[in-house]
Amino acid sequence: MSFLRSLGSLSRSFAHGVHPAHHKDQTADLTIQRVPFVERYVMPLGQHIGVPARPVVEVGQQVQRGELIAEPGAFISTALHSPVSGTVRDIGPHRYVGGVFKPAIEIEAAPYSTQQFVAQPAIDWEALTIDEFIDHVQRAGIVGMGGAAFPSHVKLSIPEGQQIDEVLINGAECEPYLTNDHRLMVERPETVLRGAEMVRRKLGAKHATIGVESNKPDAIEALNAHIGANDSISVVALEVKYPQGAEKMLIKAVYGREVPAGELPRDIGIVVNNVGTVVAIADYFDSGLPLIERIVTVSGPGIEYPANLIVPIGTSIREVLRFCGGLKEETREVVMGGPMMGIPVASLDAPILKGSSGILAFTESETGHPPEYPCIRCGRCLEACPYFLNPSRLARLGKARLFEEMEAYRVTDCVECGACTFACPSNIPIVQHIRSGKDNLRQHGSAN
Amino acid sequence: VANDPKLLLQAGPMLRQGMTTPTAMRDVWYALAPTTLAALWFFGLSALLVLLAAIAGAMLTEWVFTPVEKRSMTIRDNSAALTGLLLGLTLPPGLPLWMAFLGGTVAIGLGKVIWGGLGTNLFNPALLGRAFLLATFPIAMTTWTPSAGPVEFFSIHASNLAAPFMMAPPTDAISAATPLGQMKFEQTSTDFMRLLIGNTGGSIGETSGLLLILGGIFLWLRRDIDWRIPVAIFASAALFSTILYLVDSVRFPGPIFTLFSGGMLLGAIYMATDPVTSPVTPKGAVIFGIGIGLLVVLIRVFGGFPEGMMYAVLLMNAATPLIDRYTQPRVFGREVKKHE
Repeated sequence: MSFLRSLGSLSRSFAHGVHPAHHKDQTADLTIQRVPFVERYVMPLGQHIGVPARPVVEVGQQVQRGELIAEPGAFISTALHSPVSGTVRDIGPHRYVGGVFKPAIEIEAAPYSTQQFVAQPAIDWEALTIDEFIDHVQRAGIVGMGGAAFPSHVKLSIPEGQQIDEVLINGAECEPYLTNDHRLMVERPETVLRGAEMVRRKLGAKHATIGVESNKPDAIEALNAHIGANDSISVVALEVKYPQGAEKMLIKAVYGREVPAGELPRDIGIVVNNVGTVVAIADYFDSGLPLIERIVTVSGPGIEYPANLIVPIGTSIREVLRFCGGLKEETREVVMGGPMMGIPVASLDAPILKGSSGILAFTESETGHPPEYPCIRCGRCLEACPYFLNPSRLARLGKARLFEEMEAYRVTDCVECGACTFACPSNIPIVQHIRSGKDNLRQHGSAN
Repeated sequence: VANDPKLLLQAGPMLRQGMTTPTAMRDVWYALAPTTLAALWFFGLSALLVLLAAIAGAMLTEWVFTPVEKRSMTIRDNSAALTGLLLGLTLPPGLPLWMAFLGGTVAIGLGKVIWGGLGTNLFNPALLGRAFLLATFPIAMTTWTPSAGPVEFFSIHASNLAAPFMMAPPTDAISAATPLGQMKFEQTSTDFMRLLIGNTGGSIGETSGLLLILGGIFLWLRRDIDWRIPVAIFASAALFSTILYLVDSVRFPGPIFTLFSGGMLLGAIYMATDPVTSPVTPKGAVIFGIGIGLLVVLIRVFGGFPEGMMYAVLLMNAATPLIDRYTQPRVFGREVKKHE
């Protein structure tokens, strides 16, 4: 019977999408380990879209691990905390992963500190009002841990009159190579469930669901082992397909419902959070630990010793790579995030961010794409696009700089998952054409 | 600290599915290999020479009209040679070689290069080349030689070697009617098994239904062609011919004959499915196919020529941009009921 059920649930998915090779074997069985503390940490004030945090420390000031160093600058903004005990050395521009300089706080770790985080007494989250709870989440600096790092308290702020029925926990981890969410679910299933329960109870939702791609049977098993018969939470196995973890695709897969364009999941009574995010929430309310570290998968053909690591935010990519034996000689590109949506690393001195789910190193065989051929309208991109857009058309219009026509073809609905580019036999950088079209529409104002 | 100089900043996705456009073209070569070999079996060395002449005309034109820096790429993408092969397969085995060569030249020159090269043309280049030949050399293009089999492999038709622009190309004493011609002018049908195997008169590559279908299944398995197009063509041609057959079974052929005679299979599986000139949307592909099926039956039955596949495909090619425009799929999240 359970076999039949699992067969049925294997097909749970959205329409279209692509099937990249998983590449997860290298790290799927590697227990999460902690990287040693290093000398220098750089905390960029802007970790996500919205307003950067405002520093509350001065150069030369001593800070403790987990101490507030920057407060939220506005509603769509989160606090920053020191990842180590040490001294503030600089507040100014530092190199960011994309290569540009952005304001950051540099902290030098105290050389003889044990870097022990002093656990605070647990916060009685059940006694808090929803507004107090949200305020705590913002002050804890918690953001979406799946990659985009969108401030979690904003997602939890439900406008008056809206009712949340379902809390959806995103454990899909559809990006190839990445196994940080996988390991988290295997190693700390009870914390995942606890965080999910906190969010569910605080939002007044009836039920919570954890969506996990079926290539992580051990994670599904671990979670199910900790779910009691009367718990209002369940685990759903999903088809292994990219981009299964995209918020609106996940909702379609789990509930069969479509979030209307321009609306948010909460508009149809659903709130989605990553497994890493609910663990961060649980950790904060249980021990006062703000978001000062995260799990990073270091993998890819250019990595000597792949690993799943707990890395303090602000550690340089170079130090993380050094812990993994450094880059292989043949490495050509380093990517922060997953191989599909991650961003190329311009400088290894850039720090790990709250949204850095992976550091992947690629060699000639992945970066040396065959030359670009003309589009022959084969339609593979249309079959790949989870939004049912016409990427072939959009790329042509983008090349011709016909941005208004791109808008008529709904370019603004694109989530830039890159499935079209993955599927293109002519190696056309479709998603780049789409991105530049969207940028142009944003800058010069769109027709509607 | 400077950017690490050795690092590329190529944007993702870093992974690709592995299929490339030249590979997709090469698949069509593989798919057509059995048909081509069968054509050589039935029509001998003459067929081979006609095919080579058409391919040479196509490739030479592509090479001459492509900017020097793009030449290695455009020849490597296999598409020009494929156009030549597809054109050659639609020609009569006894066609003067210079005509086949000229057809290849027109196919690429007027069918593709003039539009801007691969991916930009409105009409199927091979069929455009054939339309040119049929309009210019109507007699040579409708002079069919019988399928002689391997015994006469080396006996080249004299007409193949006719010099360019002679007033009357010498034709063989023996000429054969095609099944479609017999149906049109004599109302006699041809045995299904012969249509399936291919030992009938006709164009070089259109006679063996079985091998054409096998190649089509290969292309479908490799996801190189949209299955909706041939299926819609077959369904609509079968439907319309059945209606006519029920009206008058003497004058009009039945669905089986309609599907397995003439250029139907070659056209539906290999010409109409050319991605460049067919709709890219799933709904559009179905409309496109239905249109071709209807037009084929109309032209074959009521037109002046026994065969209508070429014009049916070209006409629907012209409608493709319009079909695409009006059949865009519903975008995810659009036109669903808004909440409040």
